[in-house]
Amino acid sequence: MYRLKYASATTFKYLTLIVGVFCALAPLVVVVFASFKTSKEYLNSSALAPPSDWFNFDNYRTAFVKGHMLTGFKNTLIIMVTALVGNMLVGTMIAYVLQRFAFKGRGIIMSLFLFAALIPGVTTQVITFKIINALELFNTMGSAILLYMGTDIIGIYIFIQFMDNISTQLDESAMLDGASYFTIFAKIIFPLLAPAIITMMIIKGIGIYNDFYIPFLYMPDPSLRTISTSLFAFKGPFGSHWETICAAVMLIIIPTAVVFVALQKWIYNGFMQGAVK
Amino acid sequence: MLANLSYRAQRVVIIVSFSLIPILLLITFGYVPVLGMFRYAFTDWNGLSPDYNWVGFDNFRTIFTDKKYYEGFINSIYYFAGSFVQLAIALYFATILSFAVRGRNFFKGVLFFPSMINSVAVGLIFLFFFRPEGTLDTILGFFGITNPPKWLLNPDIINVSLVGASIWRYLGFNFILLLGAISSVPSDLYEAAEIDGANRWHQFKYIILPSIRRIVAITLILSISGSVAPFEIPYIMTGGSNGSNTFVITTVKTTFSYSKYGLGSAMAVVLFLIVILVTAIQKLVIKEEK
Repeated sequence: MYRLKYASATTFKYLTLIVGVFCALAPLVVVVFASFKTSKEYLNSSALAPPSDWFNFDNYRTAFVKGHMLTGFKNTLIIMVTALVGNMLVGTMIAYVLQRFAFKGRGIIMSLFLFAALIPGVTTQVITFKIINALELFNTMGSAILLYMGTDIIGIYIFIQFMDNISTQLDESAMLDGASYFTIFAKIIFPLLAPAIITMMIIKGIGIYNDFYIPFLYMPDPSLRTISTSLFAFKGPFGSHWETICAAVMLIIIPTAVVFVALQKWIYNGFMQGAVK
Repeated sequence: MLANLSYRAQRVVIIVSFSLIPILLLITFGYVPVLGMFRYAFTDWNGLSPDYNWVGFDNFRTIFTDKKYYEGFINSIYYFAGSFVQLAIALYFATILSFAVRGRNFFKGVLFFPSMINSVAVGLIFLFFFRPEGTLDTILGFFGITNPPKWLLNPDIINVSLVGASIWRYLGFNFILLLGAISSVPSDLYEAAEIDGANRWHQFKYIILPSIRRIVAITLILSISGSVAPFEIPYIMTGGSNGSNTFVITTVKTTFSYSKYGLGSAMAVVLFLIVILVTAIQKLVIKEEK
């Protein structure tokens, strides 16, 4: 009796998992199918039917060339790399100061960052827009870079927590050799922070790659499109050419999938660390 | 250069120079916008002209009396309900995958992957999914449902469709947080319970749920405050048409398309106060847990 009950529970467990996998993958798989179909084939076949030719890359070519996706990838890459470098420097620097030195105002700075995390970003865009305008950064990559560069409390926490485990004896022995605080930061602390930096870069990088709001609002110029905004632009002119749109969607998901498969462990840990704080 | 200074002087130099840029960024893009938002909320500023008039609470009165503006909050109810559905599904999968399951990593990866996908891509994937005679309709056809509703055209259903897409997108994120929390429950607790004859449901109810209450509260409150301000998925998919407006979409349109910066700021203030309130409740709940 117990055995029977146990067996049916196991069946139920796997059944629900399969349903879950189906729900997670079905919307994606049909996009893969459609991306390989010719427009005639697309119109005449069921959405669930696989393409007749798995090597028909015409849609990908059209999407990539006519959708100016190369520009999108290039702009996203420039913004991402610059913002990440800036963001990591800014984040580790402030964390170094806050963790290694006890000074007046330290508590105030911490609470300033903490409270800022509560401000919902979407709501303040109205004025942020005005500031970006005043800095003459509207319709330049500078706007997105600057907005992504500001560090947040999560990054600071992760860096500080990591630095707690870097012994101050290292600093002290370097000071005996006459190293300046700057040298200590640049030569000892920063390199030792590498795992935390990589975690943060992955989380932030995914966020920047996927962000739609900032480029949409601050860089409407077509030559400044990022992958998000160039994909969004497919909605108009390609309206009914779903096979092309699906290919464009795939072009954007493939890099994500590659990164995900390669860095799975880092990504899981990063998201967990980031959210629980 | 720095090395020639005494450590006392260096200390000052390093503290000032290392905190200058981060704090400047924080103030410029964190605090100045908030102050500005509260200021312009009481004006009729149009975003361009140098002068504007003080209008007192007029903007707020408009928001709460004109349906065009408060309509978004009514739709938030759908997203609010959706956040419970999402939590329940995430909790279920996190629980069964925290025990030995064949292909555990595969299931974990597949359930999580959607939350890594670009939001515009998610929007287009679901525009495709919900198309008339598209994926969903074809699947339903297998079950004999031949006359499905117009998922994105019918105002009675559109919000349910959009919430469905949002759940698909954010479920994996909740799931992975809960999974992490459940795996930190010491396994000898389960063994002890099994000896006492507890079944899986008892284990879930008396061991897992109490140990992860804190993270469940966090996830729930995160998705509740998210349900106040859904933007990307509905904006990308429908642009707020057919009755799918959300409060943030209205705010963005009021401000940037109709240049009503004063009114837009007032809407932002309303949203801001709601999110702060929800966060304050969160802090209270979590403190009590401790």
